[in-house]
Amino acid sequence: MRQLFLREMQRIFSTSTMSLTRQDVEKIAHLARLAITDQEMPVYVGSLSAIVNFVDELSKAQTDRVEPMAHPLEGQHQRLRADVVTETDHHEQYQTNAPAVASGLYVVPRVIE
Amino acid sequence: MLHTLSIGELAERLSTGKLSSVELTRHFLDRIERFNPALNALITVTAEGALADAKAADARLAAGERGPLLGIPLIHKDIFCTEGVKTSCGSKMLDNFVSPYDATVVKRLKAAGVVMLAKANMDEFAMGSSNETSYYGPVKNPWDPTKVPGGSSGGSAAALAARLAPLSTGTDTGGSIRQPAALTGVTGVKPTYGRVSRYGMIAFASSLDQAGVFARSVADAAPVLGAMAGFDPLDSTSVDVPVPDYQAALGLPLKGLKIGLLREFFEGLEPRNAALIQAALKVYKDLGAETREVSLPHLPLSVPTYYVVAPAECSSNLSRFDGVRYGYRCQSPKDLLDLYKRSRGEGFGAEVKRRIMTGTYVLSAGYFDAYYLKAQKVRRLITDDFKAAFAQVDLVIGPTTPTPAFAIGAKIDDPVTMYLNDIYTIGANLAGLPGVSLPCGLIDGLPVGVQLVGPHFSEAKLLNAGHAYQTATDWHKQGPRGYE
Repeated sequence: MRQLFLREMQRIFSTSTMSLTRQDVEKIAHLARLAITDQEMPVYVGSLSAIVNFVDELSKAQTDRVEPMAHPLEGQHQRLRADVVTETDHHEQYQTNAPAVASGLYVVPRVIE
Repeated sequence: MLHTLSIGELAERLSTGKLSSVELTRHFLDRIERFNPALNALITVTAEGALADAKAADARLAAGERGPLLGIPLIHKDIFCTEGVKTSCGSKMLDNFVSPYDATVVKRLKAAGVVMLAKANMDEFAMGSSNETSYYGPVKNPWDPTKVPGGSSGGSAAALAARLAPLSTGTDTGGSIRQPAALTGVTGVKPTYGRVSRYGMIAFASSLDQAGVFARSVADAAPVLGAMAGFDPLDSTSVDVPVPDYQAALGLPLKGLKIGLLREFFEGLEPRNAALIQAALKVYKDLGAETREVSLPHLPLSVPTYYVVAPAECSSNLSRFDGVRYGYRCQSPKDLLDLYKRSRGEGFGAEVKRRIMTGTYVLSAGYFDAYYLKAQKVRRLITDDFKAAFAQVDLVIGPTTPTPAFAIGAKIDDPVTMYLNDIYTIGANLAGLPGVSLPCGLIDGLPVGVQLVGPHFSEAKLLNAGHAYQTATDWHKQGPRGYE
């Protein structure tokens, strides 16, 4: 099993073509709301391409008529609880961890001009 | 030598008044002060709180209360929320976060009378297999300080190996308890998905994450698992199945137990490692177990499956870190988008950003079916393989890791090579199965582990099998030099 992976890795790293471009990674970073610096960018283009090549291995699996599995314990239902108040107000305590608070509200840069 | 005693021996001394929890706690705090600066296994040492916990335990003992963990010190992985104590998850993002509440695991162990000594170092947000992605720097392996302790629960494992505590907690999403247990020569227990509450355990991949225990033996781990496990209405995936008495399950005969040798795990395995696993199998045969080979044909796909499913779930879970309500915020954001992007870009480390972006990519329009849906289908094939194996055998056995501990710095620049450390552990997470790693020998002076995996909720059987092995062998009693 390990040899299989090592062979696979040789294949991945011997292919010089990057499966993702810098533009692809910029778009992904924007969707993920991550600022990526110019120094970091080439590293991510390289490593994300290697990961995408690696997980492409999955395409070889025969999965016709296989139900996707989202959860390891199937048949579990989302439980309902009694519709009663169980939580008390802790906002002051919770806001001690907030970067900026005023009058019990979280402060962010102006959103509406 | 209090740090060499078992939990049973410590509990006996505490209950007969030969030892106080305060003395015991001071002993471990002294060891932490002496050894931790070089190991970097801990992020926060809670000396004052520990002594207060110990005094409270002594008062309970004096009042006649008894319990297997009452007054016993423990280290929590810094992924568990601890009320009033910094809970960083190994990240700059949460370097300033003081949890306002206790995780269920923490709360239950507190109720059992455990004394919290410290919060352990870990890979950032549990993403890593070497403890090198921590914002607080790498943890050294006590067996060789140039080597990694494994990850992500590397601090919990190294602290145990160096005898800085008799017990520690960890979490296992793709092997993060079993792999570091193997690389540091301690016992690691990963329960069934849903067995232990995830409430207050900072989420990485919610369909895979599970809390567990590190101990120096299965016998020591059993009461901790018993105290942690059980239904919790605060975790929507917690399972309402009664918790058996795990300690009472130890010592049952293994005669007739069917153990399956995982064929795929031995293909290409280093011969010395394979020989140690074969030796463990021989021990089981001598104890009366029957062994046969079983095959999990889809298991070679478990790593690529995991590296789609786990990043997808992580990209969703970690969207909560927005620089608004808690955690790191960047300086002088020019607008809200800038605040989000720079707080996250500066607050997360390289591996966490890599996984968030991998997850964002596999979930994005146009790629969802090819990667995420495909991985979910392969996940079922792997799970079905395990089901078929468990129709033939009670437990399966194989190595925990492909190699002993590797050098710090050796793999950190090559994520795919790093990911392959988990090839033997990930399958159990994808299928939600319980597993244990037991020390089973040394290669070039470094420990390696043998792994047992069982069907859902077979912890009692797994622990009994692990305990039987440790009754017949003494690998678990060996420790690194310099920490005697």
